[in-house]
Order: sequence, then structure tokens, then C-alpha cells
Amino acid sequence: MAADFNWAVGGEAGDGIDSTGKIFAQALSRAGRHVFTSKDFASRIRGGYTAYKVRTSVDKVQSVVDRLDVLIALTPRTIEENLDELHEGSVIIYDGERTTMQDVEIPEGMIGLDVPLKSLAEEAGGAIMRNVVALGAACEVAEFPIENLDSALEKRFKDKGQKLVDNNKEAARAGQSYVADEYDHEFDYSLETTDEDYVLLNGDEAIGMGAIAAGCRFYAGYPITPATDVMTYLTGRIERYGGHVVQAEDELSAINMALGAARGGARSMTATSGPGIDLMTETFGLIATSETPLVICNVMRSGPSTGMPTKQEQGDLNQMLYGGHGEVPRFVLAPTTIDECFWKTVEAFNLAEKYQLPVYLTADLSMAVTEQTFSPDTFDMDEVEVDRGNVVDETTIDDHTSDSGGFQPHEITDDGVSPRAFPGTADGAHMSTGLEHDEQGRRTEDTEMRVAQVDKRNRKVETAREREDWSPREFGDEDADTLVITWGSNEGALAEAVRMLDEEGHDVRVLSVPYIFPRPDLSEDVEAAETTVVVECNEQGQFADLVEHDVLERVDRVNKYNGVRFKADELASDIKATLAEGVEA
Amino acid sequence: MSSDIRFTDFKSDKQPTWCPGCGDFGTMNGMMKGLAETGNDPDNTFVVAGIGCSGKIGTYMHSYALHGVHGRALPVGTGVKMARPDIEVMVAGGDGDGYSIGAGHFVHAVRRNVDMTYVVMDNRIYGLTKGQASPTSREDFETSTSPEGPKQPPVNPHALALASGATFIAQSFSSDALRHQEIIQEAIEHDGFGFVNVYSPCVTFNDVDTYDYFRDSLVDLEETDHDPTDREDAKDVILDSETETQGVIYKDESSVPYHEQHGVDEDMSVIPEGAPESATDLVREFY
Repeated sequence: MAADFNWAVGGEAGDGIDSTGKIFAQALSRAGRHVFTSKDFASRIRGGYTAYKVRTSVDKVQSVVDRLDVLIALTPRTIEENLDELHEGSVIIYDGERTTMQDVEIPEGMIGLDVPLKSLAEEAGGAIMRNVVALGAACEVAEFPIENLDSALEKRFKDKGQKLVDNNKEAARAGQSYVADEYDHEFDYSLETTDEDYVLLNGDEAIGMGAIAAGCRFYAGYPITPATDVMTYLTGRIERYGGHVVQAEDELSAINMALGAARGGARSMTATSGPGIDLMTETFGLIATSETPLVICNVMRSGPSTGMPTKQEQGDLNQMLYGGHGEVPRFVLAPTTIDECFWKTVEAFNLAEKYQLPVYLTADLSMAVTEQTFSPDTFDMDEVEVDRGNVVDETTIDDHTSDSGGFQPHEITDDGVSPRAFPGTADGAHMSTGLEHDEQGRRTEDTEMRVAQVDKRNRKVETAREREDWSPREFGDEDADTLVITWGSNEGALAEAVRMLDEEGHDVRVLSVPYIFPRPDLSEDVEAAETTVVVECNEQGQFADLVEHDVLERVDRVNKYNGVRFKADELASDIKATLAEGVEA
Repeated sequence: MSSDIRFTDFKSDKQPTWCPGCGDFGTMNGMMKGLAETGNDPDNTFVVAGIGCSGKIGTYMHSYALHGVHGRALPVGTGVKMARPDIEVMVAGGDGDGYSIGAGHFVHAVRRNVDMTYVVMDNRIYGLTKGQASPTSREDFETSTSPEGPKQPPVNPHALALASGATFIAQSFSSDALRHQEIIQEAIEHDGFGFVNVYSPCVTFNDVDTYDYFRDSLVDLEETDHDPTDREDAKDVILDSETETQGVIYKDESSVPYHEQHGVDEDMSVIPEGAPESATDLVREFY
């Protein structure tokens, strides 16, 4: 694997860190380099440390590492926050003319480049471009052709006029020349470019694009970190495909609007995070018992309550599996990579309609706000299939009509799936309700019908288990004695951890599970392994509990709940430590 | 739509379990007649019902319908109408559903001005839970949970609607069948959010706001010089807490409904079998 390069820009929230980082990531992507980004951010609009990190290589990168080669530091705290990741020879670009940076001390062994970012930006047309000056300086340090940065600046500013684009290009060149002229230093980096075409997107965007691809036409939501990007993505785009986005007054309303649109026959979704799921749970039972297809996206963040809103956690599994009073089936899908966010969204819509139930689609913060490069073929729209399930029309409705002439949306069937009639279908008028109902949707408390309807709803799960593929993704050494099971965004770090462990002589088999319910039966895999370790970003080991429940055997657990995602090297050592403890026992 | 639709086509085969004499019978009849008279039929109509005695209406009417959770009927109706501009949407609920647990949604549904009809069956009491104060109960109305009355002023739903930018505000009385139906019809025909509060007496738990009380006190705005297109006139009627009225209180004749404001006019239930044409453009945006 070619050497990777790790870069970051950090400062205060409000310093434009996010867009600066995104421009650099875009420049790398356009140069045919793979990119994986991560963000350290606080939820305040201004104030508080925030950073955007980019790892890049000509090979695929899918996790973050504890190393920084070049850091653009807009505040002293940016250096302090990253001391562990900076190393001898790391380059720190800063503006010594900025009041707060005048007395900044560059740690020993590191190279400080004092570049008058603001002054150079002003010469180029405005102080606001100081971060672009820093990007130009970074290009010089990394020996990265600045034309790629030009291309990213064009993309970013073209809507605001050529003048602004040109000013930004000039600002970048000012930074580049300043470093070239003032610092006679050979830096260790040379970022090569390739002819590959990549697209760069984050998990939320992949979910939004997946929704449009799947024919989703209606989205209602209420802004919440870290799910808002789904709504932002859809706004202005879904309209081009005949859809609409509504910002509701709260999550209670959002999910009920989505429910209404689904009853109208639209593919419909909402997205939120844990606190929003709490509110939406009120309506969850109604969706499920009225057998309404709906995709509910939960982009998880650290809880409980307001928790750590901008931090990583996978703590909502039980909430999605068990939330709501009474008993009613739901599916829970958890894509494990950003590209899978796209495909699992498509799948979620198909499953929702084929089995006429709510499907939770859950990503976690790390995946939602992380950008990664992919070949555009990864999202081949010709591969998208739409299966609307059992929908009747004027010609087929008679087969599902009672003797008394009423359409039967909750018909008792062998596979549990009943016919669906969209409003406007002649002779299809019927009521849907949260009350227990008969086949026509009419309220009932008849004991036999109650049991028949409960059984019918549960039968859909058995049908889905048989008809659909619920396999996990497997990698590593398939004959290894050590089995590591994970779900959600940990897969990328784990894939790199497995390579590290392999180099050290530890064979590991990995199962990355995107299906929480229904989920694959892992009994044989766990039984075949000497040691099973379940890796997840929560304290209680919610998925580990499920595995133990399924296989009736104890598993080892690696849990992290400090708000930061797993890193590859950290995960490798955690797994080794677990194995060592296992041997001692 | 066939012209031979009768209002009884909107009746389901379930017999109402409302108490004999309940105002909701008359309210529902007016709704069914209004729907039939405006050229709708059960297969192109969607009724959303809340929870409470009033919420049972979804069961007793025949149409596409959703009987939802308490207080959220308006968001459901909003979603149906946005997905299906071709479908007639009517939302019905009680004063508790609309002005207590669902009050937040009421304000925002009014603001959105989605082209649907909202009928509130206002009996100034919680009937299904056997007689507690509702948001429209009088300050001194004694109930099991407010032995000396709620001691707080009732919600003024019309004022709430006007303040939220309503384009159609009306009041009817379930027992005045003809006027009730006329007002419902006008709400259905209004281009935007047609809001009708209906006095729908509870004969079991409310011995104050009775049929006799409304018969004796109601002033029909049609018999006065009230101009419903004049917002100031409307304000005066709405803020007059001494007089019970019926009729169209306010109507904005230049109302632009949500779907026109936002260009939402497609039947969203129709989608292709694969990704939409030109979906690949979405991928290209990420270059």
C-alpha cells in the first residue's frame, strides 16, 4: 500500500473550517486520489474547537489514523488538540500576524511555517480567503499540483461568479509562492495524481441519493445533528424528480406527514437522530399496525438525552428494536460503509413496501459526516430495482374484496403480506387504524381476529427471512480461530486493523453485519471460532447481547463510548488485548 | 367522478357507538353531504381522524381513511395531500385533539395553507374519558379533574387561526344541519386550509354547552352585516367573547394554497420501476 498523507485544518467553529477542508478533499479527489475525511466539531455556531481531517492515498482509505503530516492551525488550541497525532517533521502552517498566534510555540522537531494568511488574502481581494491562502501553502508543502485546487475552487465558487473564482485562485497561488520563496526546505511529501475519476460524498448524502434513486418522493423532517444533511441534500434535488421536502414543526409532525404521504401511495421517509426517534416512537406502533411502508432513518449520535450531540455512538439499537408499546414487527438495517448507505436505502424502501412495515435505516455520526471517495460506478443507477410489493389496481382488486364488497387491506394470507390499494383506486376505499382491526381495517376486539392479525403481521418476518438475503459481509481469514463481529461504521477501521493484525501474525475473521433485524444466524460461525469478539461504539454491548441471545454462548466485547470513533491501530490493540485475556482465562 | 354519488355512499357499515343525541351525528352528516355535494366520491376522498369520540368518525364514514394517534391528524392530512394533490382530504378531530395535544400542529397547518378541510367537533369536554375539562371548557366548568373549574380561559381557536395567517375560518353548529352543511361545503371549496369549528354538543358530560344553549345564543353571521372578506371584521367577531356565532368568519379570496406556492402538483404514488431518468446526474454532482 502506498504511503498515505494526513492533513488537517483546525480553528474555531465559524472559521470556515468545514468548507476549507472540503475544498482540499475535493482537490485531492479530482486529482484521482482516494480520500477519507473526519470532523472534530462542536455544535456551537461560533466558539469551540473544530477541525476537518483528510487522509489521502492513491489506494483506498476507509478509516482515520493517529497521524498528522500537515496541519493548518488557525488557533493555538488546534496545535494542542493534535499533539498526539503530530510527529517529528510534521508541518504546521499558521499566521503569525494573527493576534492569538503571535506567541505560538511550534513543538520541537516540527516545522512551523509562518505564512501571513490574512495579509496575502487581502492582497488577493479579501481577508475572507485566508484559508485558501493556507491551502495554497499546503499544496507547496505536499508537492501537490495546484491546478487540482483550482478545479475544486471552480466547483465551490462558480455559482458566485468568475471574479470570485479568480480571486481565490490568486489567493491560493499567493500562499504557494510564499512558502516556495520564504522557506528553502525540502519537504518529505509528493502527492502523486492519477487518471482515476472519483466522487466524494458522505453517508447522509449517500442516503439522500439512495432515496431519490429508490423513487422516494416525499420527505418530512425536523433539523437535528447529525441527520440534517439528509434533508439539506434532498432539498432542491428531490423536486427535480417530482418530489417534495417539508420542514415540519417537530418530529411528531414529521413522521405523521411521512405516514400520510405513504398512505397516499408515495415512497416516503423521514430522518432524525435518537432524540427525534424518541418522539417518533409515539407514531411507530400506528405505522406498523396499519401496515404502512415507511423508511425512518436514524443517524445516531451520543446519548442519552442531549448527550454529546456532535459525537459518535451506536447506542440506539435497542431503541429501534424495542421502542414503542405493544408488540409489532419492524426491520432494522444498518449500512456499514458510505457506499452501502446508498444501497441499503434503496433496499429499505423495497423491504418497507414488500412487507408493508416501518424500516429503520440507521447510520452513525461517523459515517454520516465522513466523506469518502468512490468510483462513480459504485452508484450504478441501472442496478437500482424498485419493488412495490403487492399493490392492487382496478383490475385485481376484486380478488381481495370481501363477500360484502369491502376491500381487505389486512387480508389474512399465508405469507402475511396483504394487498395494498392507493387512494383513487376504485372500490378500494378503506380505513387504516391503530386500533386492532379485521381484514377490512375495521375496529375489532374479536379474540380470534386479534390473534389472526398479530400472527399475520409476524408471519411477514418469517416470509422475509426466507425470501431475502440477510448475509453479513465477510473479510479477513475465513479459517481463523478468532471471529470479530461488528456493525455500523466500524467496518472501515476494522478492515485496516485486520491487516495490521495479519502483519503481526494474528489471523482474524470478520463478519460485518448490516442487518440488525431480521439478522443472519451466526450460530455456526460463533461455534466454529475459539474466540468471538463483538466490536461496537456503545457501553452496554447491545449487538453483543443479540449475538449471545441468538447463539446461546458468551462472547467477548470491545466497546467504545467516549464519543470518538474507533481508529484502526487502536482497534488492533484492543482485539489483541481481548485475545490475551482470553488465553489467561 | 360520477355525479350520482349520494351522501350515504360515504357511510360505512359500522353503526356509530356515539351516545344517542351526540352532536357528532349531525357533524358527520354535514361532512358526508358536503363531500357528496362538492362532487367527491369515497374512492377519491381521504379522511383523517384523531383520537377521542370524534376520532371514531373514520370508522363510521366510508372513504380512504386513517385513524391516527392523538393530536396528529393534521400532519397526516398534510402528508396525504402533498403526495396526492388529486385526492380530497378532510381532517376531523375533537377540541382536545386539535387544541390541546395537537395545538402545535394546528398553528403550523394553518400557516402552511394546505388545500384541505379541518373539521373540529368541539363539545368543550373530554367525553371518551368520561368528562374532564377540555381546552375550550369554560373557566368555571366543573369536572372530575377540575372540581372548581379549570380557572383558566378557554382557548380561542379562531383567534389562534387568525393569528397564524388562516385563509378560511368558520363556525357551525351540528344541529343546524343546513347551515352546517353549507359552511362545510364552502370550506371544501376554499383554495387552501378550510377550518371549521363545529359546536357538537356532548349530551352526557356537558350540561352547560347544550343544544338549547347554542340554539338560544347563536348569532348567524349571514344575518348580520359581517363581511367575511374583511380581516378587521373577522377580528372583531373572533375577539367578542360575549357572543356565540355561526357562519364564515373570515375568508381570504386571494388565498394561494401550499401546492401552488411550492409547485407540488404531481401524483407521487406513480414512480418508475428503476431509478428515475437522469438519476446519474446526482452521482456526477459529487465529482
